Amino acid sequence: METLYARLKEPFGLTDWVLQKPDLCFVTVAREQLRPLLLHLRDLEGFTHLVLLTAVDWIEEDRFQLTYLLHDRAKARDIGVRLMLPREDASMDSIHELWPTAATYQRELREMFGIDFPGSPRVNEDFILEGWADLPPYRRDFDTLQYAHEAYAERAGRETRDPARHMKEQLYPDGGQDD
Amino acid sequence: MTEYSNRSQYPQARADGSLDIDLTSGKYLKLWQGPNHPGITGNMSVELTVCGDEVVEGKTHVGYLHRGFEKLMERRTFIQCFPIVCRICVPEPDFNEYCYAAAVEELAGIEVPEKADWIRTLILEMGRINSYLMYLGGQAGAFGLGVIGQWTTYARDLMLDRFEELTGARIYHMFIMPGGVRDDLPEGFDQRMEETLQEIESTLQDVYDTMFRNAVFKKRAVGLGYVDPAWVDEYGITGPVARGAGVAKDVRRDQPYLVYDRLDFEPVIATESDTYARADVRRRDLLMSVDLIRQILARMPRQGEVMATLPNVLHWKIPRGETYVRGECSRGEYGYYLVTDGSGYPRRVNVRGPSYTHAMTLLEKLIVNVNISNVAGLMVSLHTYPPEIER
Amino acid sequence: MKDELEKRLDRRPNDHPQRTALKDIPVREELLPRTVKTPDGQEIRIDPLQDYYCQAGPTVQTPAYTRIIEDLFNWARAESLWILGFGTGCGAIEMRPLMTPRFDAYRYGIQWRPTPRQANLLVISGYLSVKTLKRAIRAYEQMQNPKYVVGLGSCTINGGMYWDSYNTIKCLDEYMPVDLYITGCMPRPEALLQGFDDLKKLIRAGKAEGANRYAENFDWYKTNQKRVIRDWDMPDYSW
Repeated sequence: METLYARLKEPFGLTDWVLQKPDLCFVTVAREQLRPLLLHLRDLEGFTHLVLLTAVDWIEEDRFQLTYLLHDRAKARDIGVRLMLPREDASMDSIHELWPTAATYQRELREMFGIDFPGSPRVNEDFILEGWADLPPYRRDFDTLQYAHEAYAERAGRETRDPARHMKEQLYPDGGQDD
Repeated sequence: MTEYSNRSQYPQARADGSLDIDLTSGKYLKLWQGPNHPGITGNMSVELTVCGDEVVEGKTHVGYLHRGFEKLMERRTFIQCFPIVCRICVPEPDFNEYCYAAAVEELAGIEVPEKADWIRTLILEMGRINSYLMYLGGQAGAFGLGVIGQWTTYARDLMLDRFEELTGARIYHMFIMPGGVRDDLPEGFDQRMEETLQEIESTLQDVYDTMFRNAVFKKRAVGLGYVDPAWVDEYGITGPVARGAGVAKDVRRDQPYLVYDRLDFEPVIATESDTYARADVRRRDLLMSVDLIRQILARMPRQGEVMATLPNVLHWKIPRGETYVRGECSRGEYGYYLVTDGSGYPRRVNVRGPSYTHAMTLLEKLIVNVNISNVAGLMVSLHTYPPEIER
Repeated sequence: MKDELEKRLDRRPNDHPQRTALKDIPVREELLPRTVKTPDGQEIRIDPLQDYYCQAGPTVQTPAYTRIIEDLFNWARAESLWILGFGTGCGAIEMRPLMTPRFDAYRYGIQWRPTPRQANLLVISGYLSVKTLKRAIRAYEQMQNPKYVVGLGSCTINGGMYWDSYNTIKCLDEYMPVDLYITGCMPRPEALLQGFDDLKKLIRAGKAEGANRYAENFDWYKTNQKRVIRDWDMPDYSW
C-alpha cells in the first residue's frame, strides 16, 4: 500500500493518506483528478470492484465528503478515495460509465444528501422516499426527531430517558458528582 | 438462454441505446410485480414492461422498508446503536451486529478475547445456515415446489431453537456486541447442535433428491438468469452469484476475519452461472457451513473470557477516524463504513448490503427477455433482501 | 384501548399539529387527464383518477335481522381467517413458521391468500413506512367485508424502535381500523397464535367492528392518511 501511495502521490496530487489497516487505506483527491485516478486504479492497478460510494456531511466545515471505496480482488486490498465538495449546491461528475452500479449509489446520494450527479441515469427519480418535500434526510441539519413529532400522530404515554442521566439517578439517588 | 431470446423485433432500440417503448401502441403492457405479490422477495416491487409474456424492461422499486437507520444511528450513542443494527436485515441479522461491532472495536482500539471470536464465527455460520434454508424454500416455491419450503422451514426452526438457547431470541439475537459476545455457550450445547446438524443434513439430502433432481425444476432453472463472469467486477457482484459464475470470491478466504484462517475450507464454485448453478452453490455452501460449525466446536477454546472490558459505555467517545469492515454473508459481501468524529455518536454509518447491487442494476439487466412466470424464480436466485438496499 | 380510541375519534382532525412549509408535490404525469388514441384510431379523453376507480365510500354493514343468525355468521367468520400474504415489515418472517408443520396455523382455519379479494384479515407485520402505508391502505380497501386488521409488533403500537424515524408512522390506528394488537419485537409464533385466538373470540362476540368503524369515521381516517401521504395520487376509496 505504501508503494502504491508513493507512486500515485505526485501524478494525482493525493493528500491525507491514512493507512487504516494493512489492507485498507484512505486518500483525499481533488475534484478534477478524481476521474483519472479512478480510471488508473481500475485499469492499471487492479482495483476493479466499486464497493461503495457514499457521502459524509461535515456541516461544521461546510462541506460534503464523498467516499469511493475500491477493492482489488487479486491482492485483497481496498482503497478509499475521499473527495471534498462544498455544501452549497453540491454537484459532482457521474461515474456511471465506469461502473454501472454507481448509478444506484448516485441516485441515493441525490435523494438522501441532495448531491446532484448530472447525466447519471434516472438520477432524479424517487429511489427510496416517495413524495418527500423536506430537506434531504441524511443531511446533518435535518432533525429526524422533530420531523417525526410534527408529521406523525403519536400515542400518549411513551417516555424517553437519557440513559446517562437515568443511570446516574438509579445509582446515585442522592446526587453524586457531576461528570 | 436461447429459449428466452427469440422474441419478436419489438421494442427497437433508439440511436442512443434506450428502448423505444410506446405504451399507447398496444404492443406493451405495464405490469407491477409487488409489493403485495407472492412471487416477490420481501416488500419490494418490480415495474415490468411486457410484450406478450416476455419482459422487455424492468425497473426495481425499493423503499417500502426504509426506516432511516443511518440517520437514527447518528443520534444514538455507540452502545445504543447495537440493538438497532440487527434490524437492518431480518433473515440474517448477525452480520450487522458483527460488522458494526468490529468497526467500533477497530476505531476504539479494543481487543476482543479469542474465545469471543470463535463464538462470533459460530453465530455467523449458524445464521448463514438459516438464511440458506430460507432461500432453498423460496427458490423451490418460486418454481411451484411448495413442499421444499415446508421442510426447510422445519429445519430452520431447529436451528432457531439453538439460537434461542444460546442468545434467548429466535430472530433478533443482539448477541454480538462491541467488545465480544454476551454470553458463553450453554452446557450440553455441542451435543444438541450435533443433533440439529444431522437433522439438517438429512433434510438437505431430501431436498437434493426432490428439488435438484426434479425435472420441472431443472427445466425452469437451467439457463435462467445467466450471469457473465465478466460482469462480476463491473456490476459489483459478490457471494454465491459470483461463485456460481466460476469466480472464487469469498471474503472468508480472501481477507480472513475472525477465526476463518484457522478453519479448513475451500470456496464452493460452479461454472454454469444460471439459477440452477446458484442454487447448487448455496446448497453446497450450506453443507460447508455445517462442516465449519463442527470444526469450530471441535477446535474452540473452552476457557477464558467472552467479553472485553469496555470503558463506561454511557460516556464512550471514539477518536476521529473512518474504516470499512466486511464479511461474507449468505448473499455476498456485507460491509459497514463507519466514520467517527471524536464525539460519543457515530458521524456516519453506511451499510453496504450485497442486495444493493444485485437487486438494482443486475436484476434490471437480467430481467430483460425473461418470461413473466420466471421473474419470481430469477429474483429469488439473486437472493436479495430489500431492507439492506434501503435500510 | 377502546376509551382512548373514542377520545381520539372525537378529536377534530385539525387539532393535530400540522407541518407547514411543504412544497406542493405535483401529480405524477400518468395520472393527469389526457387524450389517448385507441388502436382503431378513435380519440378518447381519460382522467385516470376519475375513470379507473370507484369513488363510492364504504358502507356500514348492519348485523343480521336476528341474534342467532348473526351469531352463526360470526362463528363462521371466526373459523376462517384468511390472511393476506403481504409482508409489510420484518414481522413477516415469523409468519413463515406458522405455515409449516411445527406451528401449523392451518389447523385453526387460518390460511394465507395471495390477493386481497380472497383475504379477510390484513396483518400489518411491523413498522409501516409511508410508502408502504399507501399500499397497505389500498390493499385493505380492496378486501371484501367482513374484514379485520391486526397490528403486529411494538412498532405498530407506538413506533417501537423507530420512535424517532422520519419515515415510519407511530400509531397505526390513526390510519387503519385496528381490531387487535400483538406486542413484541418481534412476537413469537406462539404469541401470534394466541393473538389470532383472541381475535376469534372478539369476532364471535361481535366486537371486531373495525370495518364498520372505518366506514363510520371514513373522513377522519382519510384526513389522517392524507396528512402523512403527501403525494396522494389515488382516489379516496379505491376498491
